[in-house]
Amino acid sequence: MKAFTRNCSEKIMTQSSLHETLRIGLLAGAVAAAGILFDNAYHIQVLVFIGINTILTLGLNLLMGYTGQISLGHAAFYGIGAYTSAILTVHFQFSPWLALVPSLGLAVLVALIVGIPTLKLSGYYLAMGTLGFGMIVFIVFRELDFWTGGSSGLAGIPSLKIGPVDLTSGRNFYYLVWGAVLGTLVVSRRLIESRVGRALRSIHGSEHAAMAIGVNTQAYKLQVFVFSAFLAALAGFLYAHCIGFISPGSFDFMASVRMVTMVVIGGMASIWGALLGASLLTLLPEWLHAFAEYEMIVYGLILMLVMIFLPQGLLRGLLDIYERSRNA
Amino acid sequence: MQELLQYIFSGLTNGAIYAVIALGFSILYGATRLINFAHGEFVMLGALGLISLWQGLKIPLAIALVLAVLGVALIGFLFERLAIRTVSRPEPIVLIIITVGASIFLRGVGMLVWGKDAHSAPAFFSFAPIDVMGAKLLVQSIWILGVVVALTFALHAFFKKTLVGKAMTAASISKKAAWLTGIPYEWMILLAFVLSTATGAVAGVIITPITMCSYDMGTLLGLKGFCSAMLGGLGSLWGALAGGIVLGVLESLGAGFLSSGYKDAIAFGLLLAILYIRPSGIFGAKDLHRF
Amino acid sequence: MRTWPTIMNRILKPALAGLICLIGFTPLAIGADAYKIGGLFSVTGRGSFLGDPEKKSMEMAIEAINQAGGIDGKLLETVIYDTEGDPQKAVSGISRLINKDEVIAIIGPSNTPPSLAVKSFAERAGVPLISCAAGITITQPVTPWTFKTAQSDAQAVSAVYAHMKGRNIKTIGILTVADSFGESGKHQLLSQAPDFGIKVVCEESFGAKDTDMTAQLTKIRKEKPDAIVCWGTNPGPAVVAKNAQQLGIDIPLYQSHGVASPNFIKLAGDASEGIYLPTGKILVAGLLPETDPQKPVLQKYIQEYESRYQQPVSGFGGYAYDAVHLLAKALKGANGDRNKIRQALENITGHVGISGVFNMSETEHNGLSPEAFVMVRIQNGTWALEP
Repeated sequence: MKAFTRNCSEKIMTQSSLHETLRIGLLAGAVAAAGILFDNAYHIQVLVFIGINTILTLGLNLLMGYTGQISLGHAAFYGIGAYTSAILTVHFQFSPWLALVPSLGLAVLVALIVGIPTLKLSGYYLAMGTLGFGMIVFIVFRELDFWTGGSSGLAGIPSLKIGPVDLTSGRNFYYLVWGAVLGTLVVSRRLIESRVGRALRSIHGSEHAAMAIGVNTQAYKLQVFVFSAFLAALAGFLYAHCIGFISPGSFDFMASVRMVTMVVIGGMASIWGALLGASLLTLLPEWLHAFAEYEMIVYGLILMLVMIFLPQGLLRGLLDIYERSRNA
Repeated sequence: MQELLQYIFSGLTNGAIYAVIALGFSILYGATRLINFAHGEFVMLGALGLISLWQGLKIPLAIALVLAVLGVALIGFLFERLAIRTVSRPEPIVLIIITVGASIFLRGVGMLVWGKDAHSAPAFFSFAPIDVMGAKLLVQSIWILGVVVALTFALHAFFKKTLVGKAMTAASISKKAAWLTGIPYEWMILLAFVLSTATGAVAGVIITPITMCSYDMGTLLGLKGFCSAMLGGLGSLWGALAGGIVLGVLESLGAGFLSSGYKDAIAFGLLLAILYIRPSGIFGAKDLHRF
Repeated sequence: MRTWPTIMNRILKPALAGLICLIGFTPLAIGADAYKIGGLFSVTGRGSFLGDPEKKSMEMAIEAINQAGGIDGKLLETVIYDTEGDPQKAVSGISRLINKDEVIAIIGPSNTPPSLAVKSFAERAGVPLISCAAGITITQPVTPWTFKTAQSDAQAVSAVYAHMKGRNIKTIGILTVADSFGESGKHQLLSQAPDFGIKVVCEESFGAKDTDMTAQLTKIRKEKPDAIVCWGTNPGPAVVAKNAQQLGIDIPLYQSHGVASPNFIKLAGDASEGIYLPTGKILVAGLLPETDPQKPVLQKYIQEYESRYQQPVSGFGGYAYDAVHLLAKALKGANGDRNKIRQALENITGHVGISGVFNMSETEHNGLSPEAFVMVRIQNGTWALEP
């Protein structure tokens, strides 16, 4: 009996998860096609940034969506991933792939240290704690200028290579980034469909009820928090080796706010929402170039309007509208 | 000794600024459980508005002060009506993102109206700094502190003694009970917003003589003001005052005795410490929706 | 009688196709008659006091060139993007300029971090980049395609120290902003001090938006230096000046060229009296001797800018103005060949610009000398040249 329930409680291939797998497969196809069809290096560059931002916000999306916690300092993990790898490759001549491990590892470690005490708090307190943490990390990046180059930044970060193939040139890097995006989507999907995911969904429904049936909410919240830090650090690693230059200004409070905005605009607790939010907020400044001096005003207005009329995020909002028009 | 005194005095100057901004956060949170990320921008509007009215249009100081505060309060009124009231699903996270959008929007407007350079205003009264054992205390700083304390007293009296104030407190405790007794809940929210943004404008106008004002001054000030409110206990008026002073003084002492580069980290380190040790802040946060 | 389908297939469709081809190619034809020049400036956001006048100066300079007939009969077209002082936006911007807009050269960015971020993209694509940012690492070590027109803080610091040496100042306290301009300045101040026999007894920093620096000034005063150097851009240094006056600090206060603008005097009020600072000659154009080769160029620029934009000129706009004129010189006879443009830029000598007299070479891509700076003192609310 126990074996049966355990088997059932492991990954169940429901029809919706079959659809999900198909959707991911479709995305993979689209990515491959886009890689061949788009030959303008500018478009490829924008797609690369969308990919990095998707990885960045994916974990945060799950954290906010499933545990209802807002992290206002997530750019710190983005920065830890970027700076760790940058410092190791520039100052200590590490190979970038070797530097990946400590980058991710440090982010995970810091997430554990920060998460354990902070996740015990409730209400807005995680938001406040992460806010303070994010600011402190930013200041550290700025002040440790012997290693980080301070406000002027750290240049000369080497590009990624596999053997003789230079991965930082346009299309090659595009495939690397989107390969990583697909990988993280698959992993996230498996996470959501597993025991952990079900526990998370129960917490999302009602934390007290979940606790009442014996779900260890603290442990699960911590797991998601650490996972989101891991993904943010991965994005940071890719960012650093893509541009070859990083500065603290890219990891400040506004960067954290941008990440939260990407999550909420796209739609929380949804991997596709993460993709949508990241795409939109990466493309929006490119579209708003024409507005020049009015760009900030239009950007702010769009944020407000989307949240006022589609507070569940664009993904669900647009799907709802589509469904309503179909039924009408 | 002279240095220590000087650090404390400059800490009081900054602390008074943080305190008056923190007041706005606490007022709003106490009544609506909302954090207005755009609060710093209302401070900016008050400051730059005063400079335009007083220095630009040459309106007498007293009238310019009142006009600036009223003007910003009007913007707060419009903000609540148009952006907050109309939300179809007023969850905290949604409202927070709306205020984030509003802050970007207001900054964009500020940039267009006042340009990108900084502006400053002369002191309201020109007195020489007061000398205490070789340390100098600015008259404007004392004035700001005075205004903040008076404002706190006034708000405290408002919430405890007047009918409207008591109605607001009641509405924040229980929406249903307030409705049952005939208190118009929506008007209370609106009033909270207007009061909060007006306080922000007051903060802006009184700090113009000692700070440089630009369209982007609101971000960091808002953040520090928010930390002060958290430190003192979100929702508590006296907490906002205490939190601001404590933050300002500790920041200044940190810059003086430790390192000026890391002094901002002190503010946030304090925030974390308070969260882990005493989350309800120095005066106790208002989970009970009480002033 | 031909049927309708036959008319469609034989006549209308080919005609339509031909028309579309014509329309499709025409922009290219028009484009081929203009040189596209890209611009990346922090028009909004961080450092907008730099990017805004730079954009205006670039547009003004190019318009003037076009009115005079363009370069080799071709007009110049500008495509300018706002970087908001953000390295990531600058990278998107330069990718768009190079790959989508296909510009032949790029002017900007306005600040150092975006410049360092886009540098490798320009180098890889082989597009001449003329930056308007101050950081010395942009052109040192020299890379083939990257140039810059802004003076380096190294030269500004030398000017300050030379002035101090003349006044027998031996010890100083420094107060710098925690951003790339301030940190780069601090680095120069510390490394050049021994060369002038100066000892730095105290280093403090402050945030760009901080409202009170009395704590840091108190700490510096305790060490009893002969002078204080403040390195940053508005509004922080104005606050420092005010605080120094409030604290009754009477030792000389030096500022950087970051505050070389009338706005500083307005912000600091009477606290600005007696402050020394290095500046490009544009600030004191009227006070220069008639024999100074820069004087006519400066006065022409000031008159053009102020009459067109109804705004006082700022020293920073000059960086973009100089970049346009240097580029115009290099474009002549190059026929749009980027490599020829690059080589022509390197061969420019004796170009009298706003920021100074430029002498480029294969190993020197900034081209300015210490003479690009003069020391001034603020007296009676205006600038006075120091000998």
